Amino acid sequence: MTKAADHASDHELRLRTELIHAIVGMREDEAILLAQRLIEGGVCAAEILDSSRRAMKVLGQRFENGEVFIPELIMSGEIMRGIAHELEPHLEAATGPTKRGRLVLGTVAGDIHDIGKDLVGTMLSLAGYEVVDLGVDVASSRFVDEAKAAPTDIVALSGLLTLAFDAMKAAVDGLAEAGLRPRVKVMVGGAPVDALVCRYVGADDWGADAPAAVRLADEWLGR
Amino acid sequence: MGSDTVPQADEAYRQRMERWAEAPGVEFASARVRAAYQERVGLLWDAIELRKPKRVPVAPWMGLFPLRYCGFTARDAFYDREKLEKASRRFHEDFAPDTLQGSMAMVPGEVFDILDYRMFDWPGHGTADDASYQYREAEYMRDDEYGMLVDDLGGFWLQRFLPRVFGALEPLGSLPAPTDLVEMYSVAPYLAAFGEPAMQQMLKKLAEAGRAAARWLDDVLAIDTSILSTMGMPELGGGVTKAPYDILADTLRGTRGSMLDRFRRPNDILAAVERLIPVAIDWGAGSSEDVDCPLVFMPLHKGADGFMSDADFREFYWPSLKAVINGLIEQGLVPLLFAEGSYNDRLEVIADPDIPTGRTVWMFDTTDMVAARDHLRGFACFGGNVPGSLLKVGTPEEVDTYVRGLLESVAGDGGFILSTGIVVDDARPENIMAMMEAGRRYGRAV
Repeated sequence: MTKAADHASDHELRLRTELIHAIVGMREDEAILLAQRLIEGGVCAAEILDSSRRAMKVLGQRFENGEVFIPELIMSGEIMRGIAHELEPHLEAATGPTKRGRLVLGTVAGDIHDIGKDLVGTMLSLAGYEVVDLGVDVASSRFVDEAKAAPTDIVALSGLLTLAFDAMKAAVDGLAEAGLRPRVKVMVGGAPVDALVCRYVGADDWGADAPAAVRLADEWLGR
Repeated sequence: MGSDTVPQADEAYRQRMERWAEAPGVEFASARVRAAYQERVGLLWDAIELRKPKRVPVAPWMGLFPLRYCGFTARDAFYDREKLEKASRRFHEDFAPDTLQGSMAMVPGEVFDILDYRMFDWPGHGTADDASYQYREAEYMRDDEYGMLVDDLGGFWLQRFLPRVFGALEPLGSLPAPTDLVEMYSVAPYLAAFGEPAMQQMLKKLAEAGRAAARWLDDVLAIDTSILSTMGMPELGGGVTKAPYDILADTLRGTRGSMLDRFRRPNDILAAVERLIPVAIDWGAGSSEDVDCPLVFMPLHKGADGFMSDADFREFYWPSLKAVINGLIEQGLVPLLFAEGSYNDRLEVIADPDIPTGRTVWMFDTTDMVAARDHLRGFACFGGNVPGSLLKVGTPEEVDTYVRGLLESVAGDGGFILSTGIVVDDARPENIMAMMEAGRRYGRAV
């Protein structure tokens, strides 16, 4: 390796570190600018994405430690979206890493809350899972159909209303009737969800926040 | 802990509390009912002023539960006031709570249909007949409209906000500024805008909605007055208002929008919540005007644990909320803060020495109640906490154990009101009964 190349990689390393700091520090404009400079410097898009993911990992850890909260997760998701937009023309379709597992996600019938569900989807995608987001007010039959449509590892049900408990139960029962349990694991989440609710709906486990969903998925899929 | 109030505020408070206890506009069915009413107000009064009542008042928050209990649907709550009345009456007869579950919370679907209300889905309009109403998250204020909100609040509300949330009020968006009406020569050109077909249609809809709303108000007041006068249950909450930050983050910018603004335009948020302080105070005081109840219900949302850091709570959420709390207290009112979710990280802040002692009520959902007691002891009445999930999926025995444990651990010093952590839509009736009975049984002994 030449001295010039060494120098360039030092520079690149410094920019990549700055990028991680900018994302973790919620400095949106600076993060986007750094991503642009890295692209201009000829750094491969996949590596820039890799640095961004490392920043998200740090934030996930800080969230679990109670150092950052939902606004920081939402804002960092927004910064990631901005960076991905910059990288898009430079990303080769075939270079994406193999997905770690397939997960079907949705807010159950009768409930239209989506913020928690969206955050869970973002975090799981960033963690490398293939996330099929069915949206809100999802009929139990749609979870079953989607879990049948392709080999599915996990169904994740979200709901903010106590009225959602019965809809969650219906979805879990539907998966069982379709013969998909126990191969397909079920996780539930949402503000009123606790261990009691988890038992009532017949899910395998529950989580209080988005990182908990990632933790459960990692645990179940042994990764 | 807690500051002193000014004498005028004390006098206004005393008058409001006495009117609550006297209920001057109510003809009670009998002296016995009047006595029952006054006894219940007395329990609540003791709790508010941090004394130990004869027994702990049991004051659950009911949403759609009474209707479901009677086999009616959520849709009936919005559209059928005969069923609403039947359900409300039967709920109060069968469960005998210490407080009236006011029917005003059961809002009229007909009015929303006429106005094409877009901010909510409700049963029969977007959600299933047996589901609750739900908020439609959106940015009803754009992020470039902070300046207008602060500089021209009325104009923003009339010309930007209302046309977005009510389809039928879209023509308001093109209404010329009323300040054009300066002199004789500008009157007719200005009013010509009201002669346009779209505007005429809007005025018709408004008149129609106004008539429907007035019918609804008569009906729900009649339902509540009838229960109050025959069963003797006082309302725990007359007026209503919200925290300035929640007006911004629930209603105007939405959860996501407000969270992004926190990083992109933090100073705009601070200016907006400052501007909304008098709005929130006037709303709370105005809605309390014709109600003989000093408590102002304030549901708190976006300041809960997890929704922001402690530093952000202290900077963005609490100062304007505190100003509203103190503004209401100055008028003799008692803010009833309904803290949804968990408030564990906020307890230190809310026990604020700038707020007068014994003039607020805090109702908690999943907050650690022992910690709440420790922080609020000698400062503010508190209560709540029986979990909605337990009432829905637990057993009566589990509910009994929970209520007993709760009362034994935090109610001993007084200043406590037993309640549900959330507004209950869906629960097993035997669990609600178990909560009421446990409250009455163990609430005497503690």
